[in-house]
Amino acid sequence: MHELGIVFHIIKTVERVGAENKLVQVSAVTLELGEVSGVVPQELSSCWSWAVKKTELMKEATLEIETIPALTFCEGCQKTYETVQHGRICPLCGSEHTYLVQGNEINLKEIKAH
Amino acid sequence: MDKVRIIEIKESVFADNDREAERLRAELKREKTFLLNLMSSPGSGKTTLLMRTIEALKDKLRIGVLEADIDSAVDAEKVATTGVKTIQLHTGGMCHLDAGMTEQGLKELGTADLDLVVLENVGNLVCPAEFDTGAVKNAMILSVPEGHDKPLKYPLIFTVCDVLIINKIDVLPYFDFDLDKVKEYAHMRNPNLKLFPLSAKTGEGMDVWLDWLQQEIKDWNQTT
Ligand SMILES: Nc1nc2c(ncn2[C@@H]2O[C@H](COP(=O)(O)OP(=O)(O)O)[C@@H](O)[C@H]2O)c(=O)[nH]1
Ligand SMILES: [Mg+2]
Ligand SMILES: [Zn+2]
Repeated sequence: MHELGIVFHIIKTVERVGAENKLVQVSAVTLELGEVSGVVPQELSSCWSWAVKKTELMKEATLEIETIPALTFCEGCQKTYETVQHGRICPLCGSEHTYLVQGNEINLKEIKAH
Repeated sequence: MDKVRIIEIKESVFADNDREAERLRAELKREKTFLLNLMSSPGSGKTTLLMRTIEALKDKLRIGVLEADIDSAVDAEKVATTGVKTIQLHTGGMCHLDAGMTEQGLKELGTADLDLVVLENVGNLVCPAEFDTGAVKNAMILSVPEGHDKPLKYPLIFTVCDVLIINKIDVLPYFDFDLDKVKEYAHMRNPNLKLFPLSAKTGEGMDVWLDWLQQEIKDWNQTT
């Protein structure tokens, strides 16, 4: 499953950072998640609860998700619009030549620990 | 209790994997081994194209195969009949391969005496696109029955690939598949994408694909 794979990668990174910073216990991890990243937050959260329990460093860590809105830029009219609402065809001029500016991020923002 | 600390990371979740992949590529460069990552939906023709490619090149190149099909070892067994070294990777039910898993597979395969390793990735268009495996080049297959609007539905994979193989062109007359549209849509996502329409079944168009692959392998071994 996709979400589980992502959780494993987060754990791997946090464990590396944990070792580098001599962390004892991680209490929270904040993730920035784009609206069209393809990751389902609920899925991610349930994979999270299951996976972190198996680790020592992160067994109590909660997952906090900050959503990044998706925006698309239109090459036709040089304007930006909301991706989720309008999709890939520009609502302003009807052009198909558009690309995503932001909204596909899956970023590890910060770790709270002691 | 000690003080709570906040550690800022501000990096993609895939950043560690990307670094591992870079390291693996550098190692492959030293060993003069070319790793090709082959991706597609299930049934697009990865195994068929792979077998054809091996048959055509196995007298010129020393080839190895990493099979990552989730369900079974059938593909690995099929490929092994061509006589090249084949390893079945165990993804543990995962939807993709990352650089770490690929590196393990390569170790098991032993790359010192191989010129080309082909990785048949897990069959889907979403997850493998996000994980750099350490491959030198990424190729994806889109087969005619899947329709020409896939570049619109799965944009990411088209941006990470170097090559788009349009497979099963022998059935073009029976499908409402527009080759020009697929080119247009794919180039919107990635202007540098190379397109090779072919049929792994009849062999039509295979030579252009094989020429490209051999040239890339030559370049990889020569440039420093
Ligand atoms: N008509 C036609 N069928 C093909 C072609 N290439 C593969 N197939 C068939 O498509 C099916 C799936 O192929 P396979 O290589 O197993 O796909 P994979 O799941 O991507 O590895 C098989 O029945 C193949 O015989 C082609 O060029 N033309
Ligand atoms: Mg296969
Ligand atoms: Zn517009």
